[in-house]
Amino acid sequence: MSTTQAPTSSPELRGPNPVLEPGHTYASVTDKIAAVVLTRPIGIGWLAGFTLCFSVVMLLTVAVAWLFAKGVGIWGINIPIGWGFAIVNFVWWIGIGHAGTLISAILFLLNQKWRTSINRFAEAMTLFAVACAGLFPLIHTGRPWMAYYMFPYPSTMGIWPQFRSPLIWDVFAVSTYGTVSLIFWFVGLLPDLATLRDRAKQRYQQVIFGILSMGWRNSARHWHRYQSTYLLLAGLATPLVLSVHTVVSFDFAVAIVPGWHTTIFPPYFVAGAIYSGFAMVLTIAIPLRKAYGLEDFITMRHLDNMAKVMLATGLIVAYGYFVEFFMAFYSGNKFDVFLANQRLHGPYSHFYYALLICNIFTPQLLWIGKVRRSIPALFVMSLIINTGMWLERFVIVVISLTRDFMPSAWVRYSATFWDYATLVGTLGLFTMLLFLFVRGLPAIAISEMRELVHEESHAVSKDHK
Amino acid sequence: MTEQRSLVHGVMGEFETPEQLLAAARGARDAGYKHVDAYTPFPIEGLAKAIGFRWTFVPLITLMGGVMGGLGGFGLQYWCSAITYPLNIGGRSLNSWPAFIPVTFELTVLGASIFSVVGMLALNRLPQPYHPVFSVERFVHASTDRFFLCIEARDPKFHLAETSRFLENLHAVHVIEVKDEE
Repeated sequence: MSTTQAPTSSPELRGPNPVLEPGHTYASVTDKIAAVVLTRPIGIGWLAGFTLCFSVVMLLTVAVAWLFAKGVGIWGINIPIGWGFAIVNFVWWIGIGHAGTLISAILFLLNQKWRTSINRFAEAMTLFAVACAGLFPLIHTGRPWMAYYMFPYPSTMGIWPQFRSPLIWDVFAVSTYGTVSLIFWFVGLLPDLATLRDRAKQRYQQVIFGILSMGWRNSARHWHRYQSTYLLLAGLATPLVLSVHTVVSFDFAVAIVPGWHTTIFPPYFVAGAIYSGFAMVLTIAIPLRKAYGLEDFITMRHLDNMAKVMLATGLIVAYGYFVEFFMAFYSGNKFDVFLANQRLHGPYSHFYYALLICNIFTPQLLWIGKVRRSIPALFVMSLIINTGMWLERFVIVVISLTRDFMPSAWVRYSATFWDYATLVGTLGLFTMLLFLFVRGLPAIAISEMRELVHEESHAVSKDHK
Repeated sequence: MTEQRSLVHGVMGEFETPEQLLAAARGARDAGYKHVDAYTPFPIEGLAKAIGFRWTFVPLITLMGGVMGGLGGFGLQYWCSAITYPLNIGGRSLNSWPAFIPVTFELTVLGASIFSVVGMLALNRLPQPYHPVFSVERFVHASTDRFFLCIEARDPKFHLAETSRFLENLHAVHVIEVKDEE
C-alpha cells in the first residue's frame, strides 16, 4: 500500500525512470562491470577506434616535435595576437574537465543517486582533459624545457615567480586540480581494484590489480576511514573546481583589454565549463553504454538529468553574454562599446553568430521532454555545444586581441596547419586515453553500484510492507 | 623439517545479507568479544559502530594538512615577494596579501587532500600485501556478494570450538577457521 510507504525511501530508485534498472543483484552488477575489463575479448571496433586515435596522437607528436624544432612561429600567432589557438584550446579543455569533478564531488555532497554510474568515467574524462589542457600553456611558453621556471624553487639566479600574476595563479590552480582529481579518482578506484583482483583469472591481471589495490580487504574499519576521506575529498574538490575556472578567467579579467576586463567572467566561465563538460560526458556516455551494454546502469534518467544540467548552465552562459553587452553599453566606455560592435559587425562576427546558435538557441530545444529522451538528438546536441564552447573561447581571445587600442595595431588572425594539427592531436590523445581506460579499469564504480542495489532492495521491501 | 607453524588468526562467519551481518556483529559485541572485524562488499551504515570502532583521525589529519598547506603557501609567497626578492613597482606594498589568496587557497586544498589520502592509507596499514584473511578461499566473495564477520584469536574470550559454535548460532551460512601462516 502506498499509504504506508516510508517518506524517506528515495523516489529516485523507483518510478518509471530509475537510476538502475530493476532485477540486479550484488553479483550481477559486479559481473557485468568487471567482465568488460577482465574477460571480454578485444573487439574489432575497439581495435579500429584505438588505432585511429593512436594515429592522430602520432600527428600530435609530429606537431609538437616540429614546434620544438622551429618555435612558436609555426603557429598563426604574432604580436599583438600572442594568444591564439593554444589558449583557446587550453581554456576549452580545462572547462571540459570540470563536469567530472562536479559529478563526483558536488553531486556526491548533494546526495544525488544518479551520479553513481557516471562518476567514474567522468572523473577519468577530467584527468584526460586536464592532461590535454596542461599541454597547451606548456608548449605555448616557447621554451617548454624551461617551464619549471614557473615553480618557486631556489635557483642560483636568485629570482622567484611573480605571485601577483594570474598566470602564476593558473600554474598552481591547474596543477592542484590535476593532482587532487588524480587522488580522488584513485581513492574511488581502490575498492574496485580489489574486486578485480579477487575476480581475475589470469596471472598478470592478479598481479597488476593486486599491486594497485594495495591489499584492500573490505574491512569495516577500512571502509569507515575510507568514507571519511571520500567525503572530505568531495568537500575539498567542490570549492577547488569552482576556483580553477575562476583563476582561468582571471587570466583575462585582470588584464585591461576590452572584452576581458569584466567582473562577470568568473561565474560565467565556471558555468560555461560545466556546460561544456556535461556536453562531453554525454558525448562519451552515449557510445559507451551502447558499446558495452551498460544501458541498465546508465539509464535514460541519467541522460535526461544531464540534459537538464546543460539547459540550466546554458542559460547562465546566455546571461553572461547578455551582461557583457549590457555592461559595455551601460558603462559608455568607448573601447568596450567598440568591442561589442566588433563582435556583432567585425571581421569575426560569423564566429559570434555561430556561437550564439550553438550555445544559446539550439540548446533551448532541451526544454522539450521528447528531445531530452531522444539519444541521437542528445548526441548531436552535445557535439553542437562542445563546438559552441570552443567558439566562445575563440571569440573572447581573438576578437579582443585583433582590435587593440590603436588602429595601427589592428591585424587579422588565422590559424595554420600546425595549430589545427595540435588541436586535433589532443582530441586524439583524449579519445585514445578513454579507449585504454574503458578496457583497463572499471568504467563504473562497482562498489557504489552494489550500494545502490542494497538501497534499491530496501526501497522495494518497504513498498511491500 | 621441523613442525609447520600454523597459528590461528581467528574464525570467520559468512552471512548472506548485510542485516544478518549487522545483527551478528552486534551479537558478538554483546557476547563480550572485543577483537572483531567485518568484511563487506560496500560500506554498511552502523557496522563500524557495531564492531566497536567509533573514532577516526582522518578528519584531524586532513585539517592539519590544510592548515600546513595554507600557512606554507602564504608564507612562501610572503617570503618570495616581500623578503628575498622584493620588487618595488611604483611603491606598491610588498605584502600585497589579496593577490596571494588564490595560491594560498590552492595549496590549502592540495595539502588537505594529500594528507587525507595518505593518512587514510597509513591508518589502514595499506599497502599491505599479505593478510591472513586472504588465505580463506571463500573470502573472494567479500568483494562481491557475501558479508563476513571475523572474531580474532587475540581476543581473550576466543576459543576455537566455542567461537565457531557461537557464529553458527548467529546464522552464519559457513564458519571457516582462518590460519595465519607467517
